[in-house]
Amino acid sequence: MLAYIARRIAYVIPIVISVALVCFLLVHITPGDPLVAVLPADASQELAAQLRVAYGFDRPLPVQFGLWLLRALHGDLGNSIATGRPVLAEVMRAVSNTVTLAIAAAIIGFTMGILLGLIAGYFRETWIDKVATSFAIAGVSVPHYWLGMVLVIIFSVQLNWLPAVGAGPNGSNSWAWDWAHLKYLVLPAITTSVIPMGIVTRTVRALTGDILSQDFVEALRAKGLHETGVFRHVIKNAAPTALAVMGLQLGYMLGGSILIETVFSWPGSGFLLNSAIFQRDLPLLQGTILILALFFVFLNLLVDIAQAAIDPRIKRG
Amino acid sequence: MLIKNNKTRAALIALLALGSVAAWPRVASADTVLRIGMTAADIPRTLGQPDQGFEGNRFTGLTMYDALTGWDLSSADKASVVIPGLATEWKVDDADKTKWTFKLRPGVTFHDGSPFNADAVVWNVEKVLKQDAPQFDASQVGVTASRMPTLASAKKIDDMTVELTTKEPDSFLPINLTNLFMASPAKWQHFYDKAEGADAKAKSQAAWTAFAKDAAGTGPWKMAGFTPRERLELVKNANYWNKDRVPKVDKMVLLPMPEANARTAALLSGQVDWVEAPAPDALPELKQRGFKLYANEQPHVWPWQFSRVEGSPWNDIRVRKAANLCVDREGLKDGLLAGLMVPASGTFEPGHPWRGKPTFEIKYDKAAAQKLMQEAGFGPSKKLEVKIQTSASGSGQMQPLPMNEYLQQALAECYFDVKLDVIEWNTLFTNWRRGAKDPSANGSNATNVTYAAMDPFFALVRFLQSSMAPPVSNNWGFINNPKFDELVKKARQTFDPAARDAALAELHAASVDDAAFLYVAHDVGPRAISPKVTGVVQPKSWFIDFSLVSMK
Repeated sequence: MLAYIARRIAYVIPIVISVALVCFLLVHITPGDPLVAVLPADASQELAAQLRVAYGFDRPLPVQFGLWLLRALHGDLGNSIATGRPVLAEVMRAVSNTVTLAIAAAIIGFTMGILLGLIAGYFRETWIDKVATSFAIAGVSVPHYWLGMVLVIIFSVQLNWLPAVGAGPNGSNSWAWDWAHLKYLVLPAITTSVIPMGIVTRTVRALTGDILSQDFVEALRAKGLHETGVFRHVIKNAAPTALAVMGLQLGYMLGGSILIETVFSWPGSGFLLNSAIFQRDLPLLQGTILILALFFVFLNLLVDIAQAAIDPRIKRG
Repeated sequence: MLIKNNKTRAALIALLALGSVAAWPRVASADTVLRIGMTAADIPRTLGQPDQGFEGNRFTGLTMYDALTGWDLSSADKASVVIPGLATEWKVDDADKTKWTFKLRPGVTFHDGSPFNADAVVWNVEKVLKQDAPQFDASQVGVTASRMPTLASAKKIDDMTVELTTKEPDSFLPINLTNLFMASPAKWQHFYDKAEGADAKAKSQAAWTAFAKDAAGTGPWKMAGFTPRERLELVKNANYWNKDRVPKVDKMVLLPMPEANARTAALLSGQVDWVEAPAPDALPELKQRGFKLYANEQPHVWPWQFSRVEGSPWNDIRVRKAANLCVDREGLKDGLLAGLMVPASGTFEPGHPWRGKPTFEIKYDKAAAQKLMQEAGFGPSKKLEVKIQTSASGSGQMQPLPMNEYLQQALAECYFDVKLDVIEWNTLFTNWRRGAKDPSANGSNATNVTYAAMDPFFALVRFLQSSMAPPVSNNWGFINNPKFDELVKKARQTFDPAARDAALAELHAASVDDAAFLYVAHDVGPRAISPKVTGVVQPKSWFIDFSLVSMK
């Protein structure tokens, strides 16, 4: 197992370097001026040249990349051009908000998805299956920003039960797990949860149906094993694949959703990415993409290790 | 604990009753809080020179800070003009027109209690102009220096007098200075002394970062709480020097909400009391629910800026005038934009001191437009092909695609064949500086970038003066008209304010008579406000005075 973990970590290193290179280059090769966030188009040439030097954009790209990577390895992603605040602090604050949202959405989405998937799998081709599958299809088909707006219209504008936007009450500078804060989380979390709910439902339904139709289940029942025992076997066999799907979905959620976070003005990584793009704030854009990509890479690593721990066949392969 | 003694019990009851009565006034005078949903995605910078254009100045500039000169925001009917701010009077030197003397307002203190004086003015000028000053901050330079392009230095004469020097004689300086906000040097020095850093530059940067979180200006509002990207809380400055502008509301909370539907929902659900730029299709519902809608002509122009390079079809004044006469701006306003625009007949509209008396009247007259086009050699069987570079979105661009498609259809009736080259907003903005001759123009012979028209340099000079052609400034189309150059020089070198305004009016009239742009619309800064909020005056400005606002 240790050798497997070491091998998987070794694979991650070139991926991380490639991710850093790609996100650095992607931002630099797009047209437009990197100083647009601080330099109006009507600024003098002299001023533009002065600021280009001050921000280091006058240097050759390989030098800029080398310096950026070196600083990044020391935990310094530079300062946002637009706000002057350290990029790492900006990104980590946004990521913590997104993690809060992702956790809530994962709890709702995965719980609902597993429940609906198991029910649909056990009652295949019945009306119960059709209802559960309809939920799953709706979850992956409905545009989630549209669903967010509908929820806001119903629960904020019409019923006035929940806040429409924001991540906490006035005067609050940090997140707390109390109702004053949680009520800000309800609508964005439900909206974020619908896609993972749909995907997990469909995956678990397919896995459950497939496992239930296999010979070993017949054998277990023939041996007189109680249905609860059979269920335990179904869960154990479905878990690795379901876990991989949920890990991927969690990765997407941790990456933040630009649309959902913008609709709800939720100050997470998607919201941050949106403003970095619109302000063309290169250091912030690079830092955000890098951190999110790293999250994704390491989450995949954790999922792979967890899968291997559950199913020894994986590490042999 | 049981209180058996009757006297003690009575005394306690009396005490409780007194306590309750004493608590009443506090309940009755509970803090009034005004909550505003901004269009910005983040709180504009709070350290004195805001980012995010004039929305930044509106919310974190003019609230917490003052400048030497300010804008009169007290009227919804008159054009906003420059008035004294932290300077009570100013005068250019008769012998050397590059030197100005500013007399400072006595008795003004920063929010941290330190005095406002000539040293503070010099310090604030040097924060953006003097590279070797400890407080120099590159991140504040771009948004400041470009708005006062000729300011060179500041010198203390005495505690209450400063001398400012410009690179060349420039009568626009007092108008430009509305953008230089005075931050407290004492507060910054406090952070600088505490800052850890390897060198002075690192300490300076750390001091500015700390200052942004706990800022001190002289403005009517003081910073009370700040959560980046979430909210800024301001409380009223009861000691503000201008007693007429001491805020009537105790607290103001600014919330970034870049999505129009989210802002509107937040207003409808009672989460905020005021939103900037509500979703246009929600206006009927907002009105029906009793929200008040405010809009007024802004110093802002939505134009097509013509290329005047060799071979451009716009070099024929008949074609430029025809385009200006072929657009039904009232139709655009009442149809597509639901009333949220003012038809443009130039950069400034009648009533503005810089309007002048143009002889060419910009209005909808299709027959006259067709006649001009026919005189220029075009007609139904020979259309004039023009290509316009625009964006799909962007700050101040209003509804760029539908508006351009409207123009495309309108101009087709006057024998124009309009092709649109749609690019990303920041790229369009960058190309603006590169000019019509640059490959980035992609062969376009007009560009559609909106512009603010607050001061003469931004409104007129940068577009009309031949020396402002790329790469110097925004004369994208390389206009080269000796009359414009002469009038720009005259306006810049006329130092009596009334005579300067007359010279600017002459320049503006000349630009309209020459149909220098296709003038289409002015934005109106729409905002929707709860009926609980009273006393709102929306001036003809990008700015608004929050001090006047009360809460029921």
